[in-house]
Amino acid sequence: MAKFKKKTKTSENIPTSALPDIIFMLLFFFMVTTVLREQDILVEQKLPQATQLQKLEKKTLISYLFVGKPKNTNLYGTEPRIQANDVLINTKDIILWVNQEKDKLSEAERDQITISMKADRDVKMGPISDIQFELREADARKLLYASTGKVQN
Amino acid sequence: MAKGKNRTSQEVNAGSMADIAFLLLIFFLVTTTIASDKGIQNLLPPKQDPNVEPPEIDLNKRNIYNILINANDQLLIEDEYVENTDLLSEDIKDFLLNFGAPDEEAVALFNSLPQSLKARANRDPNSSDHPMNGGAVVSIKTNRGTSYEKYLEVLDQVKRAYFEIYAERVGLTSDQYRALTGKNPAEKALIDKGKEGIPLAISIAEPDKIGGN
Repeated sequence: MAKFKKKTKTSENIPTSALPDIIFMLLFFFMVTTVLREQDILVEQKLPQATQLQKLEKKTLISYLFVGKPKNTNLYGTEPRIQANDVLINTKDIILWVNQEKDKLSEAERDQITISMKADRDVKMGPISDIQFELREADARKLLYASTGKVQN
Repeated sequence: MAKGKNRTSQEVNAGSMADIAFLLLIFFLVTTTIASDKGIQNLLPPKQDPNVEPPEIDLNKRNIYNILINANDQLLIEDEYVENTDLLSEDIKDFLLNFGAPDEEAVALFNSLPQSLKARANRDPNSSDHPMNGGAVVSIKTNRGTSYEKYLEVLDQVKRAYFEIYAERVGLTSDQYRALTGKNPAEKALIDKGKEGIPLAISIAEPDKIGGN
């Protein structure tokens, strides 16, 4: 019995003094990787699912268009609308918007601009094809249908 | 008396530091959206000059794989009603690699294919001649009322057929092939080798007015 008692004398506490440091490291990791949304999204965004996804490499070349039913239906109605930057725009304003986005890029990269179209899955093809037509007019032909992954069957 | 004062601990209590850090950590965990720029790439055709008529390209009907999606999201593939898109990518692969009437270049392409792809060549005279330029084209036509989701599902399957062919040619899986970035010469060579001679010929027709606005 005496022998057993001796053993229990060794400390059984796990040293927790390094715990805050570990947590801080995790914290810094998430702080650095976090991209706080710079813009409010005014339209509904339930991205469709697809399997054949490709990643875009150069983030600076990407401009985003959000398409979907407005969240604030009292103000903007229920028809799908296009959001560029912070505002809802009309289809015919897309050319202007593309040119503004192109001006932000350097001269050599202008024709490489890629439009990432984040369209809600409930949007019909009519508005989508109108947007595509305008993008062709604006000579921004690289288009990405943003979508989320799905397990291939 | 002075000694008594000294006895009070002068260290800041750091025990709750972990809790504070935890709270911050949880906040960032919740707000973080790991930005994902993933999606299906598409290259739009160049804009049309209103003064110039679009060039008439003669394509035999057998070289076009017709996919129609109507406003009720129903599929008509090669004039047949189809319930779902499960078999679509396999069917497109068979169509692309049919080699019904190959010219000399196409025969050379055929000989360069791996055995598993050669086996798909049915030599059906009513299907595509060859997958090279001027050969097989996959055409997707929608109505204005077709849902975007369905359209993307079909486009996804068409892309899948192409990527699986490309990947098979360089001995990769489709996922690995799509992950190639082309940043270094070795990856670029692989991408080009996969695509060589088989251009991504997906034609997306202007939707007609049914069911939309």
